Amino acid sequence: MKVTDELIDNLAHLSRLHFSESEKTALKGDFERILNFVEQLSEIDTTGVEPLLHMGDAINVLREDEVKGSVTRQEALLNAPLHDDVFFKVPKVIKNPSA
Amino acid sequence: MFSFSSIEDYVSALQNGETTCEDVVSHYLSVIDSNKHLNAFLEVFADEAAARARQLDQDRNNGKPLGKLHGVVVGLKDVIAYKGHKLSASSKILEGFTSIYNATAVDRLLQEGAIIIGRQNCDEFAMGSSNENSAYGNVLNAADNKRVPGGSSGGSAVAVQAGMCMISLGSDTGGSVRQPADFCGIVGLKPTYGRVSRYGLIAYASSFDQIGIFAKSVADAALTLEVIAGEDDFDSTASKEPVVPYSSLLNSSNYNGAAPKKIGYFKEALEHPGLDPAISQSFNQFLKTLTAQGYIVEPIDFELLEYIVPAYYILTTAEASSNLSRFDGVKYGHRSAVPSEDLADFYKHNRSEGFGKEVKRRIMLGTFVLSAGYFDAYFTKAQQVRNILLKQTSAIFSRFDAIISPTVPTPAFELGSMNNDPIEMFLADIYTVFANLVGIPGISLPLFTHPNGMPFGVQVMTSHFSELALLRISEVFLQISEK
Amino acid sequence: MSYHDKYEAVIGLEVHAQLMTQSKLFSGDSTAFGAEPNTHVSPITLGHPGTLPKTNKEAVELAIRIGLACNCHIERYNYFARKNYFYPDLPKGYQVSQHTTPICKGGHVTIRTASGVRNVQLNRIHMEEDAGKSIHDIDDNNTCVDYNRAGVALVEIVTEPDLSSADEAYHYVTELRKLVRWLGVCDGNMEEGSLRCDANVSVRLKGETKLGTKVEVKNLNSIRNVKKAIEFEIDRMINVIEQGGTITQQTRSFDASNDTTFAIRDKEEANDYRYFPEPDLPPFRLTETFINDIKDAMPALPEELYTLYHQQYGLSEYDAAQLCLEKETTDYFNEVVKFTTNYKAASNWINGPVRQYVNEHKIAMDSFAVKPQQLAEVMQLIDEGKINFSVASSKLLPALLADGSKAPIQLATELNLIQVSDSNEIENWVAEVIAKMPEKVAEYKKGKKGLIGLFVGEVKKASKGKADPKVVTTLLEQKLSG
Repeated sequence: MKVTDELIDNLAHLSRLHFSESEKTALKGDFERILNFVEQLSEIDTTGVEPLLHMGDAINVLREDEVKGSVTRQEALLNAPLHDDVFFKVPKVIKNPSA
Repeated sequence: MFSFSSIEDYVSALQNGETTCEDVVSHYLSVIDSNKHLNAFLEVFADEAAARARQLDQDRNNGKPLGKLHGVVVGLKDVIAYKGHKLSASSKILEGFTSIYNATAVDRLLQEGAIIIGRQNCDEFAMGSSNENSAYGNVLNAADNKRVPGGSSGGSAVAVQAGMCMISLGSDTGGSVRQPADFCGIVGLKPTYGRVSRYGLIAYASSFDQIGIFAKSVADAALTLEVIAGEDDFDSTASKEPVVPYSSLLNSSNYNGAAPKKIGYFKEALEHPGLDPAISQSFNQFLKTLTAQGYIVEPIDFELLEYIVPAYYILTTAEASSNLSRFDGVKYGHRSAVPSEDLADFYKHNRSEGFGKEVKRRIMLGTFVLSAGYFDAYFTKAQQVRNILLKQTSAIFSRFDAIISPTVPTPAFELGSMNNDPIEMFLADIYTVFANLVGIPGISLPLFTHPNGMPFGVQVMTSHFSELALLRISEVFLQISEK
Repeated sequence: MSYHDKYEAVIGLEVHAQLMTQSKLFSGDSTAFGAEPNTHVSPITLGHPGTLPKTNKEAVELAIRIGLACNCHIERYNYFARKNYFYPDLPKGYQVSQHTTPICKGGHVTIRTASGVRNVQLNRIHMEEDAGKSIHDIDDNNTCVDYNRAGVALVEIVTEPDLSSADEAYHYVTELRKLVRWLGVCDGNMEEGSLRCDANVSVRLKGETKLGTKVEVKNLNSIRNVKKAIEFEIDRMINVIEQGGTITQQTRSFDASNDTTFAIRDKEEANDYRYFPEPDLPPFRLTETFINDIKDAMPALPEELYTLYHQQYGLSEYDAAQLCLEKETTDYFNEVVKFTTNYKAASNWINGPVRQYVNEHKIAMDSFAVKPQQLAEVMQLIDEGKINFSVASSKLLPALLADGSKAPIQLATELNLIQVSDSNEIENWVAEVIAKMPEKVAEYKKGKKGLIGLFVGEVKKASKGKADPKVVTTLLEQKLSG
């Protein structure tokens, strides 16, 4: 299938990734080759075959409603790039309130 | 001078006073140090391991009961969470990240007295087959420094290969334990999907991943499996299937009756154009040896062989694209210093700067196969193929006790030789991805040496949760092939 | 506005209800409201690398409970799916929800409006996890994120586009809120955000079968605001069309300060959520036993009890409806009537003095200090004529509330509240009063029948309040006639 700039741009946006023009060119080429490769699957007759949705036979895996396992706020914030000991912080956005 | 042969011998030596944990740790630290150029370890917990060793020696001398892995020196692939220690998936996006909890497998190792000696290099987010995709440098094969160790668990494999630790825990999503084990001439085991808890394993492809074991012997792999396997409150996909005492049952005399074992091999696999002639020859010879030993060896028609890699890549990249969404620079991980125009931009800078090329490529592919308009043709299709393969697997194991194949079509290749072709790299996984697609256990056994001097092995696979049979037959195969 | 005769509105509501479980849907963090920010979090809630979810059994049971109460079909085979999108309050970069297999399908909620009784059709109820909270007004330069709420269990209850007015929407949310509280599934607190409502509104010419462009309205944090927002939106849309414009599909937010809505997302950015089955969570194949256990443990529903009270106990529609406003009330009433068959009296007590007390003291009826049996005993005393309702409610009830250890009869006796019903005794007092007030008696006999109240009052005083007013009145009337 033909891989267009538009497709790459859309996918990059959905994935929250940014590519330079040269990266995009290389990616387009790779993508086309990869898609040709994986498109082989269409050769297999899968009429009437259920898709495998879950691996393994487990069903109804549930836990009791118990309060446990929380960490301290300090631990929670340990790896936060920006915080004030209370909240995680993200730079405020002027344009778009939702990504 | 400490020389490691097996965990069993080591524990005897400890109990006989022939050596101490402290001495042994000291030994390994020095081996690690003299093998720095291989870049197998990202971090060595030298002081901690030494302190732990001293504590274990003290406990032992005070008559405390010994854990199953008392004093055993273990390395962890940089995708396994160890509380209070750095965890980075060999990526820049997690540089400096400290895990605040233990993987269940790590808890279990520690409970049985193991000593964690360090964090091992791998392909970034376990995506790769050569350990050339790490953000922290390549790992070199100890048998030939110009060659790759395999991947993604390259560091973990080399660590055991070069005697830098006794056991490594790696992860296997499409062959990332078995393939490097093959390239490095050691034993590499991928358990059945759900045999070992994934809690604490950085997820690549949730329905494919399993923590795997690198060891010098089948016995050591068996013992380690016994310790880490079993159901887990924190992993809904971990099986309730009871854990058999693999290590003690490994060599017990009654091995499922006297009927000769039926071994199958995929006909198409041996006809694969990419299969190295020397490997092909050794493998075919091995089939003859097995027959001579009384095994019934038969080919299996596996028409779908060429489709398993495409199915694998569609499904794993799809799951990965979602699993890696959490790396956004909000709660943890790399945050860009570049000011952003809006929230989308903020995410894009953080993620693009933090992730490497291969990871970004796979995220893009995964996003594509899940996206509206393509979902049915790619993702659903691949899930259907997976279902067909699973049904075929049941049929195969109703006739055969085990399936064998070469682990990899080629021996360890040279660094930089496979960098430009994603498809070629994908195809290197052709023999190993099957086990992950259908969830069965698989092991790579170091049986042969290539004319070029590199080791290579044979892969054995058995049915779901039949690790005991797998390990037993592996022991026998190793004995048969010992020249 | 005459335009309203030309157009009809089509409304669908999506209500998110936080389930009243102790811990979150997929992790053991507490769900208690009002905690210090980021103290109810775990590696799982924070989406730390390597973490995995495990489903809370209670959450599944509560989801089924509400599905059963709404007459939904419970999907035996159902599973979770990932809804992929990026936002700071979504730790994993995906929300675990249900997409193609909601746990409940169909169903309805009965509403009573001025136009009558109607079933609002539901489309589905599914389980999903809540997101954290983004706070924009603490720090000028940064958004502050609190993950306490991230991972709390929600059910999303979606109606068919089956509502036709703001008033119906008002009644629907009222009824749904009552139901989830009734079932112990959700506390229905819209101000705290445990019950949230989004509305999908469109208008079309009456008689038109095609649906108009719909607009989503969010941030409706009270039942009143649901009604106001929809009213505004319908008017706005009709105006746009009447002025020759077209409706833009968009998301709007409600501004409670002036009861208007404003656009927040100008163009409907088609967000591709890339749903796929959650691989970390095995599917459910719910057994009949599991569902039946939940069915058996269900409390009687308001509708059922209303019918019982009105048709079997003979209470008026109003009395029955009042009792059925809250489960605690019916619980209390049901207990009381175990000890008495005077349903009317029980209803009067509970809808009257008891209700008044609990409202004043801002307590729930199940915290009311007078036990149902005790109340029944008080009612018995009245039936036996030992005490009258007025004295019972003004004097005996407070006494019981102060000291619940004594039986009502004992307290009434100690406090000298037992009234005298003996005609002979009362005759003496009556005679006393009649003798004392000859002028008034004369006026009464001449026709001023209203004075009876005065005489009753005087007898009451003379008896120090103990004379049974009914007997007093009867005797007075007898003595004063002729």
